[in-house]
Amino acid sequence: MSSLVEEMNAKAIALGVPIAAHLDLTYRCNERCVHCYLDHDDRGEMNHGEIRRLLEQMADAGVFMLALSGGEPLLREDFFPIVRRARQLQFNVKVKTNATLIEKREAAALCELGVANVQVSVYSHRAEVHDAITRVPGSFRRTIDAIRRLAAQGLKVTIADVLMRQNRLDYPGVQALARELGASFAIDPTITPHLNGDRSLLELNIARADLQAVMRDETIGGVAPQSCPPPSRAGAAEAVEVPCSAGHSFCYVSPTGDVYPCVQFPLLSGNVRSQSFLDIWRNSPELKEVRSIRERDLRVCSRCVHASGCSRCPGLAFMEGDMRGPSSADCEKSYARTGIAGAGMPDAANSGTAA
Amino acid sequence: MGSGRVSEKFISRSDKVAARMLGDEMMVMSVVDSTLFSLNETASLIWNAADGATPLSEIVEREIVAKFDVSAADAYRDALALAEELARHGILRIADRPRAAKR
Repeated sequence: MSSLVEEMNAKAIALGVPIAAHLDLTYRCNERCVHCYLDHDDRGEMNHGEIRRLLEQMADAGVFMLALSGGEPLLREDFFPIVRRARQLQFNVKVKTNATLIEKREAAALCELGVANVQVSVYSHRAEVHDAITRVPGSFRRTIDAIRRLAAQGLKVTIADVLMRQNRLDYPGVQALARELGASFAIDPTITPHLNGDRSLLELNIARADLQAVMRDETIGGVAPQSCPPPSRAGAAEAVEVPCSAGHSFCYVSPTGDVYPCVQFPLLSGNVRSQSFLDIWRNSPELKEVRSIRERDLRVCSRCVHASGCSRCPGLAFMEGDMRGPSSADCEKSYARTGIAGAGMPDAANSGTAA
Repeated sequence: MGSGRVSEKFISRSDKVAARMLGDEMMVMSVVDSTLFSLNETASLIWNAADGATPLSEIVEREIVAKFDVSAADAYRDALALAEELARHGILRIADRPRAAKR
């Protein structure tokens, strides 16, 4: 991350500006990925006029980096008019998609509209593994063909590879595939609970030994940042004290207009159908509580040996019952990276440190 | 300035940028290569007025000379240098003729 980006993020936190946001346009999807944390029913998603008003409110509030996602966002018939409006409002737009609906015309439109990055989920370099995860036969071929079309337009493509038990050994193949396709590669070893609270998806998480191998694999240069990466610890004093940008300079809006601190921090903070985006951002008691938390308030993590280097996610901690508590997924990652058990891992501490 | 200038310049923002005010600075990012620029208050005024239709000299008169204690010649020289720098990075265009302002 460039120093100017770090400065921008630190300044946004200091000024209380939501510099980045993630907007899911729909939860509908044409794939049924085994690890997905969403259900795919339309529970009354915002119509086009509501999305346009929201975009205008977000621009006025200072949102600069905008991720448009889903579900599969291209299932919306007004997807391209939404992107066009977002670009007219001068957002830096990133689209997260499975790309199966991107033919040549769609790829050209994304390029013409000035989309900065298209992030595409690819779970394996082997079609049978990818298709088994998406539960849609032929999805691998359609996704890879679409990535070629996007790259041919000169668009920046990031291949995002979520690791789970089914594909834990395939990431080097996906990395090589990304290289061949001219795409960036990002890996995410964290499976999150279903937003309805069901934690059974966590059984898909890769085993501790596999996580260690991934976290120590220098060829991938570290794991992908979360949706709400922690701000730089260098620079502004405000950034040093803030555990994560969720709710500080980042937020998430669902297809029905619900506002949350982050896409994986299901603390409902308001709805843009009944309040303006800026009113929610500034005055939501929930967001104010999130913002009130400082690193010294983290009961377990503040005394952990990994405190300075951990990517602790407050949203995952919240889903475990305490937004001030540890996130076990991040405890595992710190342990896998260093072999040293942290304060949130009494089981690992009892079994000794890893090799 | 203006009519007395030998070669008038017209500046317009590239379509391939994102931009947002953050405090008193304009953050501008190229969507082509993700390069990020931070424009100070006066540069932001010029950026916002870069419609491709208004002569740069008029922009400088209206946005800089009228608001800051600076000579027209110095302001124009600085504005042109800024425009040329941004044009080198592909986020601003400089032309000798006006073009229709974008909606």
